[in-house]
Amino acid sequence: MKKAEENIFKVFMIIAALIIIGLLLFILGTIILKGVPALSWNMITKLPGGGFYLGREGGVLNAIVGSLYVIAGAVAISIVISLPLVMYINFYLPHKSPLAGIVRFSFDILLGVPSIVYGAFGFALMIFLGMRASLAGGIITVAMLITPIMMRSFDEATKLMPRDLPDSLLSLGSTKYEMIKVIMRQLMPGFVTAALLATGRGIGDAATVLFTAGYTDNLPGSLSQPAATLPLSIFFQLGSPVAEVQNRAYASALILTFLILILSFAARYFSSKFSRNRL
Amino acid sequence: MTGTNHKIRIESLNVNIDGQHILKNIDLTIPGREITCVIGPSGCGKSTFLKSLNRMHDENPDVNVSGSIFVDNQDIYDRNINVIDIRKKMGLLAQHPCPLPMSVFDNVAYGPRIHSLDSKKEISKTVEHYLRLAGLWDEVKDKLHSSAAPLSLGQQQRLCLARGLATEPEYILGDEATSSLDPISTKKIEQLFVTLKEEYTIILVTHILRQARRLADYIVFMYLGEIIEAGPADEFFNNPKQQLTKDYIAGSFS
Ligand SMILES: Nc1ncnc2c1ncn2[C@@H]1O[C@H](COP(=O)(O)OP(=O)(O)OP(=O)(O)O)[C@@H](O)[C@H]1O
Ligand SMILES: [Mg+2]
Repeated sequence: MKKAEENIFKVFMIIAALIIIGLLLFILGTIILKGVPALSWNMITKLPGGGFYLGREGGVLNAIVGSLYVIAGAVAISIVISLPLVMYINFYLPHKSPLAGIVRFSFDILLGVPSIVYGAFGFALMIFLGMRASLAGGIITVAMLITPIMMRSFDEATKLMPRDLPDSLLSLGSTKYEMIKVIMRQLMPGFVTAALLATGRGIGDAATVLFTAGYTDNLPGSLSQPAATLPLSIFFQLGSPVAEVQNRAYASALILTFLILILSFAARYFSSKFSRNRL
Repeated sequence: MTGTNHKIRIESLNVNIDGQHILKNIDLTIPGREITCVIGPSGCGKSTFLKSLNRMHDENPDVNVSGSIFVDNQDIYDRNINVIDIRKKMGLLAQHPCPLPMSVFDNVAYGPRIHSLDSKKEISKTVEHYLRLAGLWDEVKDKLHSSAAPLSLGQQQRLCLARGLATEPEYILGDEATSSLDPISTKKIEQLFVTLKEEYTIILVTHILRQARRLADYIVFMYLGEIIEAGPADEFFNNPKQQLTKDYIAGSFS
């Protein structure tokens, strides 16, 4: 009987694993199969020319650069907000503090808000501030989208800390700030993973940038000018009646995937250098 | 440091945790430059007592400490006293070694660096000095700049001792500092304590009676948050005054 139970459970686990892996392979396979033929040097080095969306020459450099600008700005803002907040609720507030509970709960709710709502909210905020669709608007809105993810995954990452470490540091006469600096070395890989999670979520989201960052075939020249982004570029290319352009959408998706891959390798490389003496 | 008269005088110390009365009216004088062992059954409040000596209870708002602890005639619970100075003065060796996430060298250099005790030039001498003192130098001198994490438990504990000593404390507090170590490492640490009492005042929590017999000059016996008996080790073991002490030494409970 026990044996049967275990076997049934095993079968379920294997099926679940297969579904996930299959889905991933299917998505990657589609992108690669359709995207690779359309991929060219021009795609990543050229701006869209006239009639690009109807099959003429050009590339998506505008969207690559725009996406990188938007995500860099958003991640920077998000880290500046999340990191001190997480340090505060974990290391300055007492353990069972109700305030920490309230903060976590609020962010859990924000985590469930769909990105289109952030888009709409960001848009309303921009109208209120008298801003037009721009790089700055996109950065702020994407920062709103990813901050709950950033904050909650930083928060989870702090749980990987050896229990005795803060006490050891304090009993050597460290101040709280000195203590946190050392703890950061230990937690850095977890924080990097958390930041990457948020980066991936932010760089791939279309709904937040739709109204707020706008779209342009040129490179964004300043914070107040509109910026193209890869998700929207993919959206517009997919909407083209020309099959060749639709395939370029898959090539763009491939580029997006590669961008995330490169970012994640780079981040992991530097974080492992920084905390090579981890416990 | 030498010349000052080390001494700890504790007056009506009470500690409440979460409304529970954990340490009850402790009055005690701990002699300087000797090894004092705090013994007693599990849960009697030994660790709580030790933590009140370097004000680690400050970190937990559920803990309420009242009373006075005079270290070198200065009440460490006085409001004008900087808790950092107290913790620097009262070096703590914890039960489980916890190296810092940095190299062996940086571990020992940590205290001197945050308290700016040494110039950049002196620091490597300091590190070597304390690693030698902790009997670890020969084992780590070739891997000073690699991580402290792969060291054995015994090595880690001696590293923690070197790190603590490099911070230049005047008192050493040990909370069952050898309990996670093998007999050989334990012996090394114990020998160290005996050497160190020339210069430092050492307070060790232990629940191993034999260890207390080996090391202690002075014994504090606690039971259920109270001090049952305290006195010079000879007298304590050979001529205990309380029935509870006699039973404990005889091993009728532990
Ligand atoms: N943070 C805390 N929260 C609640 N109760 C605590 C806390 N710390 C200690 N106590 C209680 O205080 C009492 C004394 O604990 P303490 O750790 O000082 O005992 P101990 O003598 O060191 O025991 P052991 O030999 O097992 O280490 C115990 O009853 C324990 O449950
Ligand atoms: Mg204890």
